[in-house]
Amino acid sequence: MGRRFINRIRQAAAFASLCIFWTLLPAILVSAQSDLVELSDERLRPRYEQLTQEIRCPKCQNQNLAESNSPISVDLKLQIRRLLEEQKSNQQIKDYLTERYSEFILYRPAVNSRTWLLWAAPVIFMSIALLALWVVQRKKAPILGANNLSSPPQKLDDEEVARLERLLKGSDELQL
Amino acid sequence: MSNRLVLFAPLLVFTVFAPVLWLALERDPQELPSAREGQLFPDFSLSQLVDASKTLQAEDLRGEVTLVNVWATWCYACTLEHPMLNELATEGIKIVGLNYKDDRAAAIQWLERRGDPYAFTIFDEHGSLGLDLGVYGAPETYLLDAKGMVQYRRVGVLDERVWRDDFASRYTELVLAEENG
Amino acid sequence: MSPEFGHVALIVGLCLAVIQSAVPMCGTYFGAPRWMHMGRSLALGHAVFVMLAFISLTAAFLTDDFSVRYVAQHSNSLLPTQYKVSAVWSAHEGSLLLWSLVLALWSAAVAVFSKTLPLVFVARVLSVLGMIAVGFGLFILLTSNPFERTLPFPPMDGSDLNPLLQDIGLILHPPFLYMGYVGLSVPFAFAIAALLGQQFDSAWARWCRPWINIAWVFLTVGITLGSWWAYYELGWGGWWFWDPVENASLMPWLTATALVHSVAATEKRGVFRSWTLLLAIFAFSLSLLGTFLVRSGVLTSVHAFASDPERGEFILLFLCLVIGSSFLLFALRGPAIRSRTGFSGVSRETLLLVNNLILITSTAMILLGTLYPLIADALDWGKISVGPPYFNFFFVPLSLLLLASLGVSVSSRWRHTDPSGLRQKIKLPLIASILLGVLLPVPMASWYDNSGYAPSAAVTLIFTFWVLGASLHDALIKTASGNLMKLPASYWGMLCAHCGIAICALGVGLSTIYGVQRDIRMDLGDSIILAGYRFEFRDIRQFNQPNYVATQAEFAVYVGGVLERTLSPEKRHYHAGGEVMTEAGIDAGLTRDLYVSLGEPLGSSSWSVRVQVKPFVRCIWLGGLLVALGGILATADKRYRRRRSPKQLFTGSSGRASYEK
Repeated sequence: MGRRFINRIRQAAAFASLCIFWTLLPAILVSAQSDLVELSDERLRPRYEQLTQEIRCPKCQNQNLAESNSPISVDLKLQIRRLLEEQKSNQQIKDYLTERYSEFILYRPAVNSRTWLLWAAPVIFMSIALLALWVVQRKKAPILGANNLSSPPQKLDDEEVARLERLLKGSDELQL
Repeated sequence: MSNRLVLFAPLLVFTVFAPVLWLALERDPQELPSAREGQLFPDFSLSQLVDASKTLQAEDLRGEVTLVNVWATWCYACTLEHPMLNELATEGIKIVGLNYKDDRAAAIQWLERRGDPYAFTIFDEHGSLGLDLGVYGAPETYLLDAKGMVQYRRVGVLDERVWRDDFASRYTELVLAEENG
Repeated sequence: MSPEFGHVALIVGLCLAVIQSAVPMCGTYFGAPRWMHMGRSLALGHAVFVMLAFISLTAAFLTDDFSVRYVAQHSNSLLPTQYKVSAVWSAHEGSLLLWSLVLALWSAAVAVFSKTLPLVFVARVLSVLGMIAVGFGLFILLTSNPFERTLPFPPMDGSDLNPLLQDIGLILHPPFLYMGYVGLSVPFAFAIAALLGQQFDSAWARWCRPWINIAWVFLTVGITLGSWWAYYELGWGGWWFWDPVENASLMPWLTATALVHSVAATEKRGVFRSWTLLLAIFAFSLSLLGTFLVRSGVLTSVHAFASDPERGEFILLFLCLVIGSSFLLFALRGPAIRSRTGFSGVSRETLLLVNNLILITSTAMILLGTLYPLIADALDWGKISVGPPYFNFFFVPLSLLLLASLGVSVSSRWRHTDPSGLRQKIKLPLIASILLGVLLPVPMASWYDNSGYAPSAAVTLIFTFWVLGASLHDALIKTASGNLMKLPASYWGMLCAHCGIAICALGVGLSTIYGVQRDIRMDLGDSIILAGYRFEFRDIRQFNQPNYVATQAEFAVYVGGVLERTLSPEKRHYHAGGEVMTEAGIDAGLTRDLYVSLGEPLGSSSWSVRVQVKPFVRCIWLGGLLVALGGILATADKRYRRRRSPKQLFTGSSGRASYEK
């Protein structure tokens, strides 16, 4: 009896220490690895990630800085880090880079005399779409009154109307 | 009547777009003009490659129509264009080297072995001037007028064909303009 | 089989296509049934010869015939057999041959399955398909001949297939995509035939509909496969880059999606006739435009083919001819098209119109964004880039709008829907989705160690649950009345596709919002904790394969101290071309993917490593496959096969079936 009890305690202790070991282990080990690009202030990281994703590697086929490991991308990433740590704003960093590498490297083109159409066009398309919808609606609405065979006579009550509609259109409404 | 016109809309839009596509065929999407074109060569203060005690500045590039050639010993394509640069130098064209992110001793040795076409070479160990200039990598060649203004930039190997097609006329034009006033 | 045989087969095929494009069409003008009948056999003959050409190129690859330039450039004697086959379509010339083959097969399919259609109509359709085949046949033979020899000095060995393409994804992705792209030529040919013959009725829509659906299914699967391939093969963990080549496939898909819906309305209610015709032309035009963009080298892309201005000019000329003439035909014949019957403001027609307008607005936006750098360059406005920030900015709200309308449309009826009844129907799913969507991000914030409540996640969830809820609710209402078996396959197809879209949106949203990623330096034995998973860098070793040497790392992933999975990302050095490839180590799961990829070695035992946890990223492709399944179900609907049972011609709910006589 006693030996079994002691064994059990031993097992429990071993289990507990194992648990502690496993919970502490990550904390011990995590300190060993480090970010490839270390920022002095981790709060800058979201901005760093956004910028490296929105800036194009000038030499690559079609890649942003974050995904590219070409020497020029590595250089530009270091520059972005330096400028971020100098408390430059996103706009200042983009200006600094476009001054050297032209607007080609911005995946989000700035709005200016040459790109306003690009930014305005989707809104124009949407307006045309809305206009088309309005025109079609206006055209169709009057026809409905004359043409709508299922418009019910006044005498039927709601439930009957529903039933009639079901019978008349039956299988049709179930199909696309 | 207006309905009939609407039916022509797709055709009209397409006839506007098609010539643009045709124009686009003539362009090379890989060819990117330098952001510095039409601007002064950026200021810098770097040592000379061979004589580390000498400091070079942007003023040193003025007074004469100049080619600035970005090169490095780690760059394979640079070895391909080097004979062409040597030949241009013997023709009396002023070429300034920009040794980009390189090792000084290796670079000096490289020039000793292959010949030195450069009037002098700027030693840009950390690529700081390269960054200010908007360099993508080596080799690149910049054409500067006598005032130190960047007139043209070419990424990639400068061989005979590139010189003949893209540089020669620009170069002589600048030289003539300089001579005439 | 010698490559010259393939070359000759291609030429014979082209000659047959020339006859196919001319004779049946002339027959329709002279009223010569015998000429019109020739279309079918010519289409079959054309397919046989293009197939022979394709087989002979494949044989050249399998027998390592490096005297053929194309084989020497894209294969290697060490290449595993399955990749020797897929190398056939790995580059410009061969993929164009595959394109031609697919076109020939589609034409043959039209020839075989059109027995019930009027002869005049079939003759026109086959002639139009023949014209397209002539265009591509000439393109191959004049500018991109895959059978060209390198004699008299063939290389000893080939220069190998691009390792990126040595993958199951590449074996499957292009054939599916081309089946979709080229499949859109069938509705296009139907549309042109309709314009020529001035037949725009519901019968036309019914003939066309299965072809549209099938092409659209292939396109859906092709895009899904491509996205999946980019995700695991490019090594960055991205699944959509808004790259011009991807946009070139997305635009025809969006248009084809609009077409699938609008042709439904045309078939059922006789509305939107000219719009449907125009969409059919648009969809194929966009797939031609995509071909131009990808193969002419006018755009910089990760996937662009080696380009050649001569090829660009040829396709552009062909494109202008095809698109210009069909738009002109449309403009001239358009006034004869009369759309039938009206519909009220609240009806399935209106909702389909809204759906179409959103899809076409999205297409126009993507088209402009893709072409804008090109336009700016051509007009000397300088070189600019239009990238993901632009596309996402507009595409996300448009998609949300689409999802919103999608939920309503399921419960709507043709012609007129009673607004109060509709309101009653959607009330429950609407409330449920808002409640769930608002509440779920609260626990999710802690699951994914994200800081705080994510409103964007709430939006994603609301819209996903809205579509899923509305669809299932509608299915419940319809099955509750006991006629489960009476619901046609097309209804289940619609439901399945709509749920697929919602699930895809869920994957896109959650993987973007809750996905975490770290680029770190790791030594052997190091660990990192990410979203509750501990990744331990356990081992690194090298091993040899016939055509490459791999450096393989081993990462153990623990959850709460328990080993969950071992991942083995690789770095491969290929012998022939000297390329280095990254193979990510991925543990796929429905609710999350664990993703580790090796970067560069940083010293003796330390590496740069990218570690990612991506919640629900699988849903993106699962959704895509569900959409495709929906399309298959809709096409399998028995009313397209009604001719097999003549009895139904008379017992059908309307006289529509008699068109098929």
